[in-house]
Order: sequence, then C-alpha cells, then structure tokens
Amino acid sequence: MSTPESNREFMNIVVVGHVDHGKSTVVGRLLADTGSLPEGKLEAVREFCRRNARPFEYAFLLDALKDEQAQGITIDSARCFFKTAARDYLIIDAPGHVEFLKNMVSGAARAEAALLVIDAHEGIRENSRRHATMLAMLGVRQLVVLVNKMDLVGYDLDVFARISAEYEEFLHKVGLTAAAFVPIAAREGVNLTTRADWYTGQTVLERLDAFPMEPSPVAKPFRLPLQDVYKFTARGDDRRILVGTVETGTLRPGDDVVFLPSGKRTRVRSIESFHHAAPLLAQAGEAQGFTMTEELYVRPGELMCRADQSPPHVGTRFRASVFWMGKAPLLPDKPYKLKLAAARVPVRLAEIISVMDASDLSLSGIRTQVDRHEVAECIFETSRPVAFDLAADMQATGRFVLVDHYEIAGGGIVLATSDDDTQTTLADHVARREASWEGGAVALSEREGRNGHRAKLVVFVGEDDARLGEVGRALERRLFDGGFASYYLGLANLERGLDAEVLDTFEVREGRLRRLGELARILTDSGQIVVTTVSDTEQADLETLRALNAPQEILTIRLDTGPRDRCAGLETTLRLAASATTDILVAEVWSELGRSQILPEYAI
Amino acid sequence: MDSLSKLEAKSVHILREAYREFKSLCMLWSIGKDSTVMLWLARRAFFGHVPFPLVHVDTHYKIPEMIAYRDRLAREWHLDMIYGENADVLARKETFPDAAVDRLTCCRSLKRDALKHTLIGDWPRYRMDHTLGEYVPDSGGSGGCEPFTGVIVGVRADEEGSRSKERTFSSRDHENEWDVADQPPELWNQFKTDFAPGTHVRIHPLLDWTELNIWEYIEREGIPIVPLYFDDGSGQRYRSLGCWPCTNPVTSNARTVAEIIAELRSGCFAHVAERSGREQDKEDGGGLETLRREGYM
Repeated sequence: MSTPESNREFMNIVVVGHVDHGKSTVVGRLLADTGSLPEGKLEAVREFCRRNARPFEYAFLLDALKDEQAQGITIDSARCFFKTAARDYLIIDAPGHVEFLKNMVSGAARAEAALLVIDAHEGIRENSRRHATMLAMLGVRQLVVLVNKMDLVGYDLDVFARISAEYEEFLHKVGLTAAAFVPIAAREGVNLTTRADWYTGQTVLERLDAFPMEPSPVAKPFRLPLQDVYKFTARGDDRRILVGTVETGTLRPGDDVVFLPSGKRTRVRSIESFHHAAPLLAQAGEAQGFTMTEELYVRPGELMCRADQSPPHVGTRFRASVFWMGKAPLLPDKPYKLKLAAARVPVRLAEIISVMDASDLSLSGIRTQVDRHEVAECIFETSRPVAFDLAADMQATGRFVLVDHYEIAGGGIVLATSDDDTQTTLADHVARREASWEGGAVALSEREGRNGHRAKLVVFVGEDDARLGEVGRALERRLFDGGFASYYLGLANLERGLDAEVLDTFEVREGRLRRLGELARILTDSGQIVVTTVSDTEQADLETLRALNAPQEILTIRLDTGPRDRCAGLETTLRLAASATTDILVAEVWSELGRSQILPEYAI
Repeated sequence: MDSLSKLEAKSVHILREAYREFKSLCMLWSIGKDSTVMLWLARRAFFGHVPFPLVHVDTHYKIPEMIAYRDRLAREWHLDMIYGENADVLARKETFPDAAVDRLTCCRSLKRDALKHTLIGDWPRYRMDHTLGEYVPDSGGSGGCEPFTGVIVGVRADEEGSRSKERTFSSRDHENEWDVADQPPELWNQFKTDFAPGTHVRIHPLLDWTELNIWEYIEREGIPIVPLYFDDGSGQRYRSLGCWPCTNPVTSNARTVAEIIAELRSGCFAHVAERSGREQDKEDGGGLETLRREGYM
C-alpha cells in the first residue's frame, strides 16, 4: 500500500453518507483503480469470493484490509492512502450509522474535502442530510456528491437529475454548495476514475484533483490563541516565551500586539526557536513562541492580535449554532466549560432560539433543552469576557466545544455577537432578586442614620494575598475604634463554610465570587462597612461583585506590588503601593471614604 | 508549509496542550525511533528544555545498546530520566524464554504491569541523578511516588490496527483500561483535557505520522538515533526495537538514514509490517489490541 511522501501535496478527505449507500465500495474502488492496493490483494479477494460462491464486492477489500490490519500486516483501513498524479490522499473513516456520529464528526473535522454518497435507488435518507449539516458546521466546504448505484436504476439520468436537484436545495439551506454531482456506479467503476461514454462531466477523481489545497489564511488578521507562557530557568535560560499556534495572519519582530480580552499591549521582540535560526516571520499554521519588549503578565487563553489589524469581538454573550453529542441533554442554567481557541471559561446556555432536526432541518417548537444529535441555535453566556471572531469571518477563532462532566459533548460555531447587556443572566438575576427583596422592619437609611455613616463594600485586590488581609483588618480596626460599624469578611471562612459544597473545580472561582457578592449585599444592607479581599482577580470579577452588591456601592483598592504585578491594568477606585506602611494605606482609604461621603465630615 | 512541517507544528501544539493541562505529566520513551522523534519534538516545543520526566519501562531484556544510548542522551540533554521495572517477576525469572511462560504473559508482566505500577507510582522508580551521573531510587521510594495523570506516548496510527483507532487525547480508567468502542469526539484543535479523578489520559502527538515521515524528519533535523536501526555489515537491521528474545532484524543493507528512506520509498517493505519482527504481536490474535485495551502502550 502506498504511503504519502512529504514532498508531495497531501489532502485529507472523508467519505460520508447514509449506511449501505456504498461508501465502502467507493473507497475500495478508488484504492483499486488508482493502484493503491497491496500487490495481489484484489486477486486474493476475487479468489476468496469465487471459492465461497459469493459475488465479488469492492467493499470486501476493506474488510480484507481490516483482517490484515488485525494481523498487523498492512495499514489500517480506517486510514487508507491513495495517490493520483496531482497529490496523495488520506481517506478518513467516517461511519454512516448515527450511533457513531461522534466518530464521524471527529473524522470529518480533519478533512479538507468530502465525498457524499447517495444511493440512486433508495434516494436521500436521514444521514445523507445529517452528514451534510455536520460538514457545514465543521467547516468542510469542498464537497462532491456521488449519486451511486446508477446501474440499479438503469442509468436513468432523470433519477439522477431529480435527486441532484432535491439535494442541492437541501445543501443550500445548510450553506453548502456541491462542486459537482456525479452519477456513478461504484461497483462497476463507472465515472469514479474513468468516464462512461454517456457522461461528459468530470469523474470523481478529476473533481477531487481539481479542488485547491485549502489556502493558508495568511492574509487574514493575525490571531494567536495564547496557549502558555514559559519561563524555564534551567541552565541560565531567562527568556519569558509566549507560545501558541498561529491560526491566521502573520507577525514579525517589532510588531505591536494586543491581548484580548485583557486589552494589554506590548511589542514583539523576537520569535524563538530551538535548533533552527530564529525565524523573522511567524505565519498561519506554525506553532511558535515569542518574547516581548515588556514582561507583562498575560494569562493563557487570551487571544494575541496585531494592534494594527481589526480586533476580534470581546464579550460575554454570543449567538451560536451548536450540535450536541452528549448523552445528557444540553440544558439552560447548567454550567458547562467552553473551550474556544485557547480560552476555557464557564458558560451557560442562556436561550434556545430554535432546535433543528439535523436530518431534515425541520424546526421544533419552543424547547427547553437540546437533545443528542440535534443542532440548535442558541445564546450562550460566559461568566467572564472572552475574545472571539464570527465563524463566517475567521473559522479557527469562531468555533468552540462544550465540555459536560469531563467530556466534549458539543461543538459549535459563533454566528453573531449578542451585546445586549440588560439581557445578561447576571443582570437578570439581580433584577429579579431586587424585585422580590424582603426588607425587615428597619430600613437601611434608618440604620445609616443611627450609625452615622453609610454602608459600603470595600474590596482590596492585588496579587499579595497576605498583604491584602493585613491592610483589610487594619482598616476594620480603625473603623471600629472610630465608632463605625465595620466587619472584615475573611474569604477562608467562606471557603470552609458557605462554599463547602461547591464541588466542580472548574466552577469554584465563579461560585465563590457569586457567594461573596450575595453575602456582601446582605451585610451592607445591615448598614455596615464590609471589608474583604480578592487576590489574583480580573476586571470581570470586580464587575460581578459590583453587580451583585447593588444597590449598595463598592469601593475597590488595588495594592500594587510593582511593574510585574499580575493585576496591573485592573481598573480600581484607588491604586496604592503595597510596600507603603499599613498606617499610610489605611489613612488613604480613610480619606477616600470621606471624599465619597461614606464617613461623615467630622471623621476626616 | 510542507507536510513534514505541518506534522511537526501539530505535534508541538499537542505537546504544549498536554503541558498546559496536566500537572502530573510524563513522556514514555522506549528508546526507539518514534519516541526519540517525540522527545526531539518536545525540545522544539519547549525551546531546548524537556519540562517533564521521561519514563522508560526497563524489561532488562532490552538490547544493551538501547540502554547505553538512553543514558547518554539523558546526560547530554539534561533529561529528567525515570525507569521502572517488574522487580518481582525478574527476580523469580518468570520470563520468556527462561520460564514456562509464553511471550504474551511475559509482555503482560514486564511491560503492562511494570508500566501500570510505574505510572501509578506504587512500585519503586529510579531517577537519574545528574550530579552523580547514575540512577537513584526516586523520592518516596515504594508507594510514595506521585501518580502521573497525563502520559505522552509515541504510538502511530499506521503501526498496527488498534493504534489506528486511537484519539489524540485518549482516556484510561483507574484500571488503566481503554474503552475502544466509546471514545469522546475530537474536534479541530480541541482535545479531551478534562478527566475524572482516578483516571488518566494518554496523549499521542505522533498519531498522524507514518514510518517514512519519522525517518524523513530524523534526516531533516539530524536527530541521533540508536545505531541498531542501521545495517552493521551483517546485511540486517532492526526496523522496530524491543526485547532481544522477541525482536528480529530485517534483511537490509541500509547503513544511513538516507538509505533507510530510499529503502522505504522503494516499497520493498510494502507488504511487510513494521512490527513483523515483534513476535508478541503474533500471539495476541495477530494484533496488540488485547494488550493495549489493558493498558499496554
């Protein structure tokens, strides 16, 4: 069996279609007719069939190859190679049965072109449609439709025309265009590699060879999902290297870059390499590493973009088309993990717009869940902002998977942004909570009147957790000694108390923040000045706290540890040097509380 | 980008993904050409460093040149080298061909069991001490080593049947077993990186490489390879390496990497499996699937 050589063009193709429509025969015939089978294999299978009085089938070739593969003699039939004058092809196995949809999807996601087989005698069936829907979502755009078993309908071209027209209309609905419809009889070898005299169009092989190799998206804006940041100190290495695979565009040393969603900016100093000269250009498809002119702190998961090119969208809501493969249905208000480019973020299904049966594209009425093998248009909401593109513009940064209980259960493509902030589930939640807030007999204003100050949530943020606590407690002490109602809320108490039952590790951070916000809302309603700390935080976390603490107000103070502080760039009310004495820091916060009229004038 | 550069970029991406997602990660190094290419890819991915331990399951039946080569590269490349073994079975000599056990049973104890317990960490491991230049018992000794939850393995889909069914990130349950029939989907560049406590994930960066790709890459990068792959003048060379009682060389006059590439391109091995010199495959009903379901690499 032939193997591909690295100096020739190479294309992955997938053969899909309804079960028994002839996929194996098409593959067997392609292998045989391009001379890609092991020597003597065809004859051996013919002889086997003769001796067992069975009609010879090209599909048996695949079974025979599987037997051999089981004996370790030849390559797996799931990965068959064949060669044409133009290039080498790898045929990826894609089972036709719906139960194997996740295998079909895994295979097809890697393909650059697809052959879709339809039985002329049986016509378009459920998986003929479902597979095309999947191809469209997976981004496989180069497609040839093979109307097979034409011999069974007496090569009636009216049948061919009818099936082609009906299927073309269907493809149109899912946004696909077939490069060609080819009437074939795979068993007889008609129009696969050689043309029948009644046929004037391209053969399947000619059509495949005519597909261009997918162009490398170097002309698109630069996108590099930041996979990791390395600082290997072994043997004196002091480089800080940002790594990832370039999805689109190009980048050179000296280019200005911006990281999203954080918005941090810097300039590329070098492209790093091992054993090869440092490249002067990084481009789509390459797994690269960069050093920057400034050692700013960025998290894996951000999208690195060029400052002079159009940026991706940044937000917490988007409209997407998803296909669901999970055993359990996709449900609203259940936490999932979104993996989009290098980002991993908790996500919730906010709204189901429509659910489509992928096999006939019929729309279901109002639905409260998305079941296995269904395709749906939905609004998703992430718990903190992510950077993304629309799949129509930039495939690689516009698609995602959803993880449910350790397993990839769904895949999707982003159709549009959904920026209506008043619609976020958080705002929605707060609005509903406030509408049904059960007040006591004493109003907050009465408490504030007697306390002689206003209620407030004071949050210290920064990377030095211990220092935050020290300053927070000192502020509590000074407020208390000054005769004001204050309370220091230690996060450790939450972790072992209210948060004790939070089990899903991925949700821990979000869950804790939410509980902290709810608790702050209650404590500030009791009229106190509540002091707490959040280390290693992001802007979105502060926004969440602000929203949850509403209608009371929040005062944020960042204790800065220096130029490499991981929290640099956070927008807070105050920014103070963590190295200043505790007395000075408390005094600064004290005057801010005076300026914002939380404390009465006499206290200042 | 040519095909080899594309394969390289994808493998580097997979290695970095594994390093990002798995806190307790190791790479299995069998000393053969494939896992040595994988080790080289790690040096490419991590800029000359290999930021996780390399684990070798030493059956003590390896061809001696393999161990010498392993330790030479471990020293030169500053590798965090660990080996494990089935000390009990070796001490009792319940191995093929000395004792009345077949090849498969021998593989089960010297490879599968040794691998399982080395990964879990409940059998002693030995770690290269670079200041001493020799192996010392790994910290914690018996029962005290950390279990690996991410294990990078250099299998290729075209090697034999069961390996072609693998996913890039493939989960194993707490018994080290593999459910071939029900594997999670893999879409685009998104792999299964979440795993339940007690399970571990095998990571396969070389799945899409062929035997020829491996040799072409060795030539392009100038990767040092154990000399057993070349004809030493006897008219024979090893095409796949294993334990000496169960591994046979093939007839070949290829003395250099370039000659091996020419030999593979000529198609003279088109009908001979790469692992045909590995006797244990033949005992496992003609494949490795039984062993691999139970945790063999």
